[in-house]
Amino acid sequence: MSTLGQPPWRRERLDRFPGVPAWSLATSRTAPEEFPVSSQAEVSREWAWGGADGSGVRVCVVDTGVDAAHPRIGGLERSLAVTGGPDGGLEVADCDPADPAGHGTACAGVIRSLAPGAALSSVRVLTNGKSGSGAALLAGLRWAIEEGFDLINLSLSTTRTEFRPALHELADRAYFRRCLLVASAHNMPVTSYPWTFSSVISVASHDEPDPMTYYYNPAPPAEFYARGVRVPVAWPGGKEIRSTGNSFAAPHITGICALILSKHRWMTPFQLKSVLYLTARNVGPSNGGAHDRE
Amino acid sequence: MIANDPPSSASAEIAERRLLQSIVEVARHVFGSAAASIFLVDQDTGELVFEAVSGEGETHLLGRRFPPGTGIAGWVAESGQPMIADDLTEVTQFAHDAARSTGYVPRSIMAAPLIRHEECIGVLEVLDRSNALRGDLADVDLLALLAVQAACGLDFLLRLRRANRAAPPGDDLHVLLRRIATRVPPGGATDPTALKLLAVADELLA
Repeated sequence: MSTLGQPPWRRERLDRFPGVPAWSLATSRTAPEEFPVSSQAEVSREWAWGGADGSGVRVCVVDTGVDAAHPRIGGLERSLAVTGGPDGGLEVADCDPADPAGHGTACAGVIRSLAPGAALSSVRVLTNGKSGSGAALLAGLRWAIEEGFDLINLSLSTTRTEFRPALHELADRAYFRRCLLVASAHNMPVTSYPWTFSSVISVASHDEPDPMTYYYNPAPPAEFYARGVRVPVAWPGGKEIRSTGNSFAAPHITGICALILSKHRWMTPFQLKSVLYLTARNVGPSNGGAHDRE
Repeated sequence: MIANDPPSSASAEIAERRLLQSIVEVARHVFGSAAASIFLVDQDTGELVFEAVSGEGETHLLGRRFPPGTGIAGWVAESGQPMIADDLTEVTQFAHDAARSTGYVPRSIMAAPLIRHEECIGVLEVLDRSNALRGDLADVDLLALLAVQAACGLDFLLRLRRANRAAPPGDDLHVLLRRIATRVPPGGATDPTALKLLAVADELLA
């Protein structure tokens, strides 16, 4: 059946493999598609996070570890790593606040730049240099959810379907425990998890330079576009590079969520997602409301 | 008369290698880059092995190995995520030693995983792309498309190597036929693909 004329969220999902574009949108060249919006005009950006700095919010970066000594990080609450346990299984244990790869430090630096008051922790799930560490990702994520963080930044995903059911259950558990998973969409047109689940906030890139600009995508699974092109990011050794990828878009949304939660402490994950939606550049009335249709 | 030459493992790889080489040539030219290369991830050791190179290093890098997790290509193989990093000259950490050992230290790197059957089997890397007006997100999409081709090409090469290992050149044909016979239960159902392959073998031997 043709889906012509359907709203974006009702269209048949494209078989993205190997087609492009994958999930991101060059908003500096292509205007986001118009879609109807039911306005809740009282939710403004000022109301959402005006005056907030992330204080009182606990954020966990599940990644390659974080270099706590980097000037753009400024210390960590805790630093842990998933390692092989004595019985051959995996365990989560305290470790030196270091990052052998750089990716986790880059993500943490973005969060810190937006929410300087938030308490950052790190769980290293990628360290052994070999691919296919889905089991370590699962173990680290499970620990972070049980530990009670308010936000978890996950700029990683796994393509292995064997981990899908367990990740789905974890993502739902996090959602009901008021622990919001912010996950980056894969940068390539492949299916991976958990960013494709509705219980997380999934983020792809736009190509504008403002760190506080983000858009709602009316044709998920990638629900939001945030800054992800040539992002200045922290790199181990006290350095900074510019890097491109959805990995760096997700921590922008994590940082903004930390601001919102620090001002509105008892928001649920679904409220938080709604506030993000209502303050998105292509939805919020303070930014034109061009698509506003009751 | 190529058809009558005994297929050595090197000559048997020629078509697959040409495919990989043509992909890195295309990648280097569409990005106007200094170099483009395809790494294989050694599934036993996790090492990264240069399988095709265009541009800087093309004369001496083939077969060169790097330990698991080395540099940005190592990260991409480990995480299964692409990465684009610019301004690398400011950074001492990104495996400069490994880069220096190749004879070329880039200012920027684009790298994408080569994924087949849910598994990362390699990495496509482009060094120092030009600052053309393509746009960064268009670069990401183009890299992804080329990575899909490269993954198919690398998969062909791996299949061929597995097949060569299973039936090394010089294996006695009669031994092979007896081994095949033991794998086919009398009166049992035969895999249609295997049946087709045997039919092709029959035709070749006729």
